Amino acid sequence: MTDTSYSLAELVIVACAEAWRGAGEIMATGIGPLPRIGAGLAKLTFAPEIQTTDGEVWYTTEPVGPGKRTSEPELEGIANYDRVFSALWSGKRHALVGPVQIDRYGQANISAIGDHEKPKIAMLGARGFPGNSISHPNSFFFPSHNKRAFIEGEVDFVCMAGYNPARYRNGQPPAGLDLRRIVTNLCVMDFGGPDHQIRVISVHPDVTFEEVQENTGFPLAKIADEIPTSPAPTAEQLEIIARIDPNNVRATVFKDNPAGERKAA
Amino acid sequence: MTETMLDKRMTLDEIVDQLSDGMTIGIGGWATRRKPMALIRAIARSGLKDLTVMAGYGGPDVGLLAASGKIRKLVFAFASLDHFPLEPHFRNGRQSGSFEVLELDEGLYHWGLRAAAMKLPFLPSRIGIGTDIIDQSGFDFKFVTSPYEDGEELVAMPALVPDVALIHAHRSDERGNLLTLSVDPFFDELLVRAAKKSFATVERIVPTAELDMKANSRFNLVERAMITGIAEAPLGAHPTSAAPDYQLDLKHLKTYVDSAASPEAWSEYKARYVDVPEADYQAAVGGAEAAAALPVPIY
Repeated sequence: MTDTSYSLAELVIVACAEAWRGAGEIMATGIGPLPRIGAGLAKLTFAPEIQTTDGEVWYTTEPVGPGKRTSEPELEGIANYDRVFSALWSGKRHALVGPVQIDRYGQANISAIGDHEKPKIAMLGARGFPGNSISHPNSFFFPSHNKRAFIEGEVDFVCMAGYNPARYRNGQPPAGLDLRRIVTNLCVMDFGGPDHQIRVISVHPDVTFEEVQENTGFPLAKIADEIPTSPAPTAEQLEIIARIDPNNVRATVFKDNPAGERKAA
Repeated sequence: MTETMLDKRMTLDEIVDQLSDGMTIGIGGWATRRKPMALIRAIARSGLKDLTVMAGYGGPDVGLLAASGKIRKLVFAFASLDHFPLEPHFRNGRQSGSFEVLELDEGLYHWGLRAAAMKLPFLPSRIGIGTDIIDQSGFDFKFVTSPYEDGEELVAMPALVPDVALIHAHRSDERGNLLTLSVDPFFDELLVRAAKKSFATVERIVPTAELDMKANSRFNLVERAMITGIAEAPLGAHPTSAAPDYQLDLKHLKTYVDSAASPEAWSEYKARYVDVPEADYQAAVGGAEAAAALPVPIY
């Protein structure tokens, strides 16, 4: 049964959760509220084997949503940084992260906009992106699908490696490079086009491929001439999402918390 | 005589006196957790200059030193205040080009410390391949080819050797037997092993028996031979956390963030919280009582 009153945020959560389908017994890291709730949704439905954390240092039995907690989660293990590095280098992790820029190769940036030595905008720094990118699967969430995020050339500072042959001495990325899924406010994409070209695999309700392409700085592939619509959350999924996120943090991600179906708005 | 030499107690200023212009200083902790802030404030007050600061996992330590004009070069993987993701003084410093940088990956920084701790010139890694990390002006990265059948080409991550490491722990005896009681020790042990000398501030210096080493063995950071000096600095990590003793002070961090808005705001913050004796700083932020009441943050 489909509930027609779902929000765009809930649609995005369902699309994020799909990143962990069939992932196996790995660490699932969702950065930001929607990817984090998405990991929780995957864990409580089709991927019970994944391990999620409280956002700080503990693996918990049940997913921990963002914001204030009504009860203390049951702890099932420790995820101190040394252990996180060890786990991620083994490949047993799939992270869904939110970079500021991404390019046609999947190269992503969270460090700086402009010249690296004297940036126009200094952001976080590369964090663990370089190591993550060549060690384990990675997916992405962008709340605003536009040409400032999906840029025409290469990103200003490549923090996360991608499928850019020019960046590799033998033309081949390390075997661990495995970019999976990009979820945005407009669509879901993967790297399944020719030579890992970014490909639209579903568009959100009432969004067209043309609109997605117009907001992207590089040419996109299509999964089919008729692109499927991103699946709406089921009533069961909406109930589980509400349970993971009792604080309704998901309603604060997009301005005015729009409906999943634009026409319903 | 031996007893005297084993008494490693110092004051904050005596530790700062051990530092000199142009030194490479490694800082422990992680973002808003267990940063040796009392020492950072003492450095900010000092006449020291042209420091190479190694803070792979940077927080207000990086920002405060940047705003005080102490940094010539920064070696880092990020600088963040977690709940306030962008470190504003780091940001101002970067955007005005006031210091050079060598930007690394979190794990690659760890690897550089490990190489130094093992007294190796480098350790091989895949990290950095395909990124701009290995293609920046801050360092000329070299590569090694595996001598085994795989023949893989790897990044040769150089040893990162600080002249001095500065860390904050919870307890120590006067000989430098340390306990870091927080759940995550971060990479402070490697930082200490990588450095030529290491100084620790601690919440409390206690008799050895009170360390209760049998119960606390997992919290004993490193053998005391690696520790050159210790200073008692209650609330020495504030406004970052030294959980379980106290949590991070989000309200003060907000005040700190706001101080990056203008030169005037910074002067005001500096006069009130930096250019004062440590005891006055503690009083200005409410002392032990206020620290004890800080809520556990949610991540």
